[in-house]
Amino acid sequence: MAGHQTYEEQKALVFRGLMLLGFITLIEVTIAWFAKGHIVHSIKFSHGFGHYLYMLLMVGFSLYKAYFIIFYFMHMASEVRGLVLSVLLPTSLLIWAIIAFFQEGTSWGHRREIIKEKNEEVVKPVPASQPQGYLIPGAQLFPLRG
Amino acid sequence: MAETSVAHAHDKHDNGHDVDQWDGGSHVPFKASYGKLMMWYFLVSDAFTFAGFLIAYGALRFSMPTWPEADFVFASLPFLSGHYPLIFVTIMTFVLIFSSVTMVRAVQEGARENKNGVVFWMFLTILGGASFLGCQAYEWTTLIVHENVSLSQDPFGRHIADGVYLNPDGSEAKNAEGQLLGFEKDDSYLLHMHDGTPSGIAFHDMNKPGEKMANLEGTKIKYTSGAYAGQITEAPAGPRAFGALFFFITGFHGFHVFSGVLFLSIIAINAASGVYAARQNGYEMVEKIGLYWHFVDLVWVFVFLVFYLL
Repeated sequence: MAGHQTYEEQKALVFRGLMLLGFITLIEVTIAWFAKGHIVHSIKFSHGFGHYLYMLLMVGFSLYKAYFIIFYFMHMASEVRGLVLSVLLPTSLLIWAIIAFFQEGTSWGHRREIIKEKNEEVVKPVPASQPQGYLIPGAQLFPLRG
Repeated sequence: MAETSVAHAHDKHDNGHDVDQWDGGSHVPFKASYGKLMMWYFLVSDAFTFAGFLIAYGALRFSMPTWPEADFVFASLPFLSGHYPLIFVTIMTFVLIFSSVTMVRAVQEGARENKNGVVFWMFLTILGGASFLGCQAYEWTTLIVHENVSLSQDPFGRHIADGVYLNPDGSEAKNAEGQLLGFEKDDSYLLHMHDGTPSGIAFHDMNKPGEKMANLEGTKIKYTSGAYAGQITEAPAGPRAFGALFFFITGFHGFHVFSGVLFLSIIAINAASGVYAARQNGYEMVEKIGLYWHFVDLVWVFVFLVFYLL
């Protein structure tokens, strides 16, 4: 516990936490309304740079909220270094998990697109006089490459 | 033999009286009691479970060409009809933040050995947790009963290209003022489901931004741009994985809130009956359940991020 703080300081921290978390949440939701075109209907951050900026902001705010909850509400800030590291270091493995699995998910999407394209592909019938996929008389089986 | 002296050393300890000690030794790992440390490591493992769920959600979402738009899906308020994007879930977030704050107060009062303070603030925390569960029950009911989302059915879709809505007879649909009912790429719609088949479609009229939703019989649309220009098709349902991911992840979080309320109640009753006052350890049990309760709030930060904000 944060034994070094006075009771008044502790109560001030609680009030600060309430204001901070509430305020950040309000900012997040306001930005979300704005970015999705609910405030000014002609402005939307749904594509390109604006969308990336929006996502980055939201992730940043959430990470700050998480940091505040862990370090001040859960008193991680006043625990010894070993405890902090033994909790945070294993969790940092998740960074790689996120990169790897999001990459993988994107790849599933691409494959699904290819399969869909191939399924919808219309194959033109080839006249019997121009056979394809057979050995054409006189043609080299494996053309030599220069 | 060597063992004899070790056993003898153990005999010297008066076990079970000092809760700060793990086995009677005078050194405690990380200067934290056994219970508190184990709560931290339980929370680490729980964080990995949640992370597994959320990463699966991200991977599946990234693999889909479209994903339901949060501010279209989550736009209901109790007792009010109309479109209020993200308002209700913001209220839910505030309920959880408040209950987290009251929990901090309970832990602080515990450290001062103030029994009444602990019980009072824990009571408010329990109230907050129960309110959150009530909000979640409303949210789930809206989705399941009124909007027909299920584990394998998602009536919330988004258009993959620009186009127009069609009447059942194949003509282009118009609103009461005679304006064409069109849509742009990424616009959202909700299919009206009857016995598993879509019978109609609800969407925002582009001509009147911010107003109530327009409804059409039939679900035919015609694309006017992109690779599908000219194609007439049924408006497709959204990604099937959406419902399963939403209900499993928010359900797993809700289950944590539920068990949290249960344990908070038990510990509040114990605190009120003076069990922890007798232990004279600064209400450590309250501190431990406090760690768990803040963790539930912490997880909600990320559930809120990925399901409602992004």
